[in-house]
Amino acid sequence: MENLDYQDGNALAGPLSEIFTLDVTTAHGTCAGCGRRGALAELRVYGPEPGLVARCPGCEEVVLTLVRGPKDAWLDLRGSVSLRIPITE
Amino acid sequence: MATVTEIRQETPTARTLVFDVPGWPGHLPGQHVDVKLTADDGYSAQRSYSIANGDDGERVELTVQQVGDGEVSPYLTEVLEVGDQIELRGPVGGWFVWRPHSSPPVLLIGGGSGIVPLMAMIRSRGKSDTPFRLLYSLRDPGQLFYARELEKVTAGVEVAYLYTRTAPPDAGRAAGRIRAADLVAYGWPPETSPDVFVCGPTGFVEAAADLLTELGHDPAKIKTERFGPTGG
Repeated sequence: MENLDYQDGNALAGPLSEIFTLDVTTAHGTCAGCGRRGALAELRVYGPEPGLVARCPGCEEVVLTLVRGPKDAWLDLRGSVSLRIPITE
Repeated sequence: MATVTEIRQETPTARTLVFDVPGWPGHLPGQHVDVKLTADDGYSAQRSYSIANGDDGERVELTVQQVGDGEVSPYLTEVLEVGDQIELRGPVGGWFVWRPHSSPPVLLIGGGSGIVPLMAMIRSRGKSDTPFRLLYSLRDPGQLFYARELEKVTAGVEVAYLYTRTAPPDAGRAAGRIRAADLVAYGWPPETSPDVFVCGPTGFVEAAADLLTELGHDPAKIKTERFGPTGG
């Protein structure tokens, strides 16, 4: 049976709002693994402990990880080629 | 800090908490908040909860379903009382939102407590002429949130209840999980290009989204929010 123990990228909105002033979950990224394009909100998010791990819904490669410590946040975007972030006036 | 001003029991295991949040900037229907609880020893746990009400000044409503072994929900559903304060972060999330000025028909598909952000959309619809259809999947009639309010919505909002375990005798549909026939009977046809919002446990959302794309709905018009296996 498929493992359904994940949420989606909507759950990243709060944790990432500590780092970015804009809502990054609406940004469209390109997966470094398979080239799929989509919003961060559509990623599969596993966690929250020990950190949030966001995987591509197409190929399951890790796109982003976010680990929040008491004094810092560690953000790893290794699986994302680029992010297009909508900016409203 | 948010202060509890009112509590409404929705079902034996779920309740709506009404908060007063000074300085609340307002929100869009579908957005959520993160609730952070910190124990005396410094241990903290955080969960996301969808906002249930439409934008209404500094008033924020959350409906929380208790999850048996959850770290946060038992506190919110059993311990928290009127007058208590908790830490809320939000509103957050700009993806799973309905913007009231959009005009295509809206199809809402909720499983269990996945009804919560969809209810915020219905409540925000107001006098808009955007037609809504809601498919609300729930285990049995005892799990129904917002019963009296959903009974009263009429003009422009059609509601279909999909009971998965036990259906009332007059349901007109055998109990069972959501199927393609439900989307055909109670949803909008793909040709009308509806804005679709699907929310619920991960398995439910995956199943509903797959059925929608098989029926020919444009995946780009389907927005989803997955709670995980059960939420927490």
